[in-house]
Amino acid sequence: MKLALKIWRQNNASSPGKMVDYTVDNIEPDMSFLEMLDILNDELIVKGEDTVAFDHDCREGICGMCSLFINGEAHGPDRLVTTCQLHMRKFKDGDTIYIEPFRAKAFPVIKDLVVDRSSFDRIQQSGGFISVNTSGNTIDANTIPIPKHDADKAFDAATCIGCGACVATCKNSSAMLFVSAKVSQFSLLPQGKVEAKERVLNMVNQMDAEGFGNCTNTGACEVECPKGISLENIARMNREYLKSSLI
Amino acid sequence: MSNSPILKSSIAKKIAMALSGLFLVTFLSIHFFINLISVFNEDLFNTLAHFMGNNPLIQFAMQPVLILGVLFHFIMGFVLDFKNRASRPIGYAKYNGAANASWPSRNMIISGIVVLSFLGLHFYDFWIPEMVYKYVEAKPIASERYFHELAEKFHSPIRTSIYCFSFFFLFLHLWHGFNSSFQSVGMNNKYSKTLHKVGYAFAVIVPFGFIFIALFHHFNH
Amino acid sequence: MALDSKIPKGPISDKWTHYKDHINLVNPANKRNLDVIIVGTGLAGGSAAATLAELGYNVKAFCFQDSPRRAHSIAAQGGINAAKNYQGDGDSTFRLFYDTVKGGDYRAREANVHRLAEVSTNIIDQCVAQGVPFAREYGGLLDNRSFGGTLVSRTFYAKGQTGQQLLLGAYSAMNRQIGRGKIKMHNRHEMLDLVIVDGKARGIIARDLISGKIERHSAHAVVIASGGYGNVFFLSTNAMGSNVTAAWKIHKRGAFFANPCYTQIHPTCIPVSGDHQAKLTLMSESLRNDGRIWVPAKLEDAKLIREGKLKPTQLAEEDRDYYLERRYPAFGNLVPRDIASRAAKERCDAGFGVNKTGEAVYLDFAAAIERYGIDQARLKHLDENDKTLVIKLGTEIVANKYGNLFQMYEKIVDENPYSTPMMIYPAVHYTMGGTWVDYNLQTTIPGCFSIGESNFSDHGANRLGASALMQGLADGYFVLPYTIGDYLAPDIKKGKISTDTPEFDAAEQNVVDQISRLMNNGGTKPADYFHKKLGKIMWNKAGMSRNEQGLKEAQQEIAQIREEFYKDVKIPGTADSFNPELAKALRVADFLELGELFAKDALHRNESCGGHFREEFQTADGEAQRDDKNFAYVAAWEYKGNPSDAILHKEELVYDNVELVQRSYK
Repeated sequence: MKLALKIWRQNNASSPGKMVDYTVDNIEPDMSFLEMLDILNDELIVKGEDTVAFDHDCREGICGMCSLFINGEAHGPDRLVTTCQLHMRKFKDGDTIYIEPFRAKAFPVIKDLVVDRSSFDRIQQSGGFISVNTSGNTIDANTIPIPKHDADKAFDAATCIGCGACVATCKNSSAMLFVSAKVSQFSLLPQGKVEAKERVLNMVNQMDAEGFGNCTNTGACEVECPKGISLENIARMNREYLKSSLI
Repeated sequence: MSNSPILKSSIAKKIAMALSGLFLVTFLSIHFFINLISVFNEDLFNTLAHFMGNNPLIQFAMQPVLILGVLFHFIMGFVLDFKNRASRPIGYAKYNGAANASWPSRNMIISGIVVLSFLGLHFYDFWIPEMVYKYVEAKPIASERYFHELAEKFHSPIRTSIYCFSFFFLFLHLWHGFNSSFQSVGMNNKYSKTLHKVGYAFAVIVPFGFIFIALFHHFNH
Repeated sequence: MALDSKIPKGPISDKWTHYKDHINLVNPANKRNLDVIIVGTGLAGGSAAATLAELGYNVKAFCFQDSPRRAHSIAAQGGINAAKNYQGDGDSTFRLFYDTVKGGDYRAREANVHRLAEVSTNIIDQCVAQGVPFAREYGGLLDNRSFGGTLVSRTFYAKGQTGQQLLLGAYSAMNRQIGRGKIKMHNRHEMLDLVIVDGKARGIIARDLISGKIERHSAHAVVIASGGYGNVFFLSTNAMGSNVTAAWKIHKRGAFFANPCYTQIHPTCIPVSGDHQAKLTLMSESLRNDGRIWVPAKLEDAKLIREGKLKPTQLAEEDRDYYLERRYPAFGNLVPRDIASRAAKERCDAGFGVNKTGEAVYLDFAAAIERYGIDQARLKHLDENDKTLVIKLGTEIVANKYGNLFQMYEKIVDENPYSTPMMIYPAVHYTMGGTWVDYNLQTTIPGCFSIGESNFSDHGANRLGASALMQGLADGYFVLPYTIGDYLAPDIKKGKISTDTPEFDAAEQNVVDQISRLMNNGGTKPADYFHKKLGKIMWNKAGMSRNEQGLKEAQQEIAQIREEFYKDVKIPGTADSFNPELAKALRVADFLELGELFAKDALHRNESCGGHFREEFQTADGEAQRDDKNFAYVAAWEYKGNPSDAILHKEELVYDNVELVQRSYK
């Protein structure tokens, strides 16, 4: 396959950026999208140009490091995958592909396609935990039975990989899906209920302080989420928030 | 209301939007119900309109609340939209919004502006003359005048078209907004599926009902 | 220098308790005067950082990713072992200890493994308390599954994302401490040297990957938790950024490197599809619980399948060779990883491989789907003879157990594994070797500790499934917090360590020099070019099976590539900016040294054990032939300039509690 690429290039956080055209040839359908970019980069090195910086690590869809807004969609046109699991068979010979960083005020660009998502970390630091110390003497794991249904729901919420696709795709750059996934995971488990009130208030507070936009329930995040995190979590967080701020 | 600390957070604003929206939906239902009567029964319509226009509770308690509700909903709508736009200072070169969200959900501000503009026209057509009639010029009570005032307005094909056009946008606004408000107040459970069907039905029936009423009067008088 | 493993005296089951009862403790008021650097924030580093911060130490944590949550522990799928015996199937601390020592082919240190088995139960308690959503049964209690190489169900899991959930647990514990200011987190930082002052590890030199700035960080102790070095093979299931750099830098500063040749080749990975491939994807070993592994029994069928003229589903039962079930009737498809991997390679080498490259075997769920389907049909009082219904019901159960793995496979390979067998092939996955540590997890450099996969201690020559997560968390939550306290106790009056000393100057200069050497060499080829070359040599000559000649060649060839690398590597951009190519080149430079030591170690070990298979040392039926008389020791290598000059030190392994026998899974 031969492809035309339009890639956002930006030297660092403070310099302006622009879309730059590239072409790549001999792309196999079995290649992953990032392997295609590897090929581009190797060519750029040989030509003596600076490579296109992009985040990636595990390349198996779980670490959440890779991002990329491809042809107008977070993680590209495929569903339930991260960019690293997107394969070139989803594209056709001769296609033009737009590749942009995840954009949001709360995700400033570091270089090219690499953005700073530490705002997500700060939200987690504000309350995304259960305050329990490591002692080795905590109660036996089976002391509190947890209904399978709740445990499964908590697990589903907990599978969020913190990639930021929800923010990138949301027309409002809202982080509600991400935050609600963590809030939900803990609010569904008896261990997490103890601090549920402070948790939701603090995390939402931090989310707002980071400059994310407001949720308008378009549902785009759920569609683009590589882990299929459900909008149900946002409703749950709204409920938890309402409860916590009123009572 | 807006000074309360709970209203400072994004979620509180979202819930407030939902609640004010739901409140407007109830008003819309009543309005629709009374207007629909005009198609079937002139006298009953006049009686109801007269009641709404002269009952002190409705005039001096409900009406201001309603106006506040409308003001709040649209001001907050603008404020949020402005803030949301600011949260992505550099836009995408290519953004395929249609891939993951419906047009109405992405363009509430547009449908909202159309409905708001319509509201201006609607106030100019009915509410302001009514206020002038009742409170400025303090004309005598005439409980039979309402139907004719209504019918007269729909003579003009341009006005009727504008009304129909606006109702279509009301439909778009409700299509997303009504169901969205349940999600905002935290309702997403096993009943949601059924509730959503009701929501969508409402979003279709009421605006298209209004269109029907407008066309009915346009062609029948 | 004689290696002192500092194993406490006394019976094995009392060692750890006795040790804890007699170590030095640090007063809480003094802990806040002590700084600890932790490099790496996976399960080991993350849990250690959180626990040490809870105890009151000032922790400075470093990771090269943009957040601690992204460490590669996150990719572990299958589960975590613990001797809870919730299933009442005869499990116990001793049995977990025994299985781990046996699984490691009797090359692990008994005392460490027993301690690991002892604290394994605490890990589950701790994680549940943190809100880790483990899989549960309908009664609300924790579920278990069985895993390769054991006869009990002791593996706790969270679907196929156990590593993710455990890491997020540790990450949340870290977040709590970051929020409290007890952990200072340095994301996107890479450690590039260790600073030793008066014989003790006192700090590190790190590069800020965003600004390129070289930074000095001091502490009273340095903990390396930087994971394994599987990427020395270029293609592995490790993350792209996983590297040996931190571990190698401390090796160059005096920490011995133990058993580098012990590498685990995981049997259930998605096969390589072509030259462009940048990494391999593992699928949980738990798949072997329900999947049956086979290749065509006839060479001509295999050929037709490779050419795409025959479909696996068309092959009759008698034309299939379920080679694991045939060779190992007792364990069948659940033999340990090293055995399963070699058996696959053996079949493919003999010409029975099934994909285009001839390097793949089938993992088939048809039987499991049918079995579960019939169970379900009976349970629901439906017609168990209705084939479509049975398949539908069975598919639901399989999807529930492995759904995410199947989906991942389908996304990558573009085939539906519910209807056609998966193709799998072994891939480099885990490295049992690593920095040599004593019972305290301290390296041969005082004050420098190594935990998790980066040390060598617990898995011997082969790691059992679901034991990596156990070891990482055991080290971080329950072992290091005690042992480091014992080390730090005399340091309470030391005060802040200054970074303005000749030792820091020298270490920083060393880093700056290496970077400028790489940036200014006028080269022409990307770092990946050399990395791929290295990987090919490693895979072909030091991979699943090794021989003397190949290993000798490997040593020479790697040394050559290393020379070429420094002359001809091309790094675009500048050193003082975000430069992923520079970061990559610095890692490749270390792999190029480690690779040679790896081959040297494999060459010296004239036996086959666990993940180390030397063709010269095998039984008549092709099984690994251990030599306990001559090789029951840990090979710890001391750095002396070139890897070829490394000096061997031996830690003899003493087995008081386990009898050394030839491993048999037949």
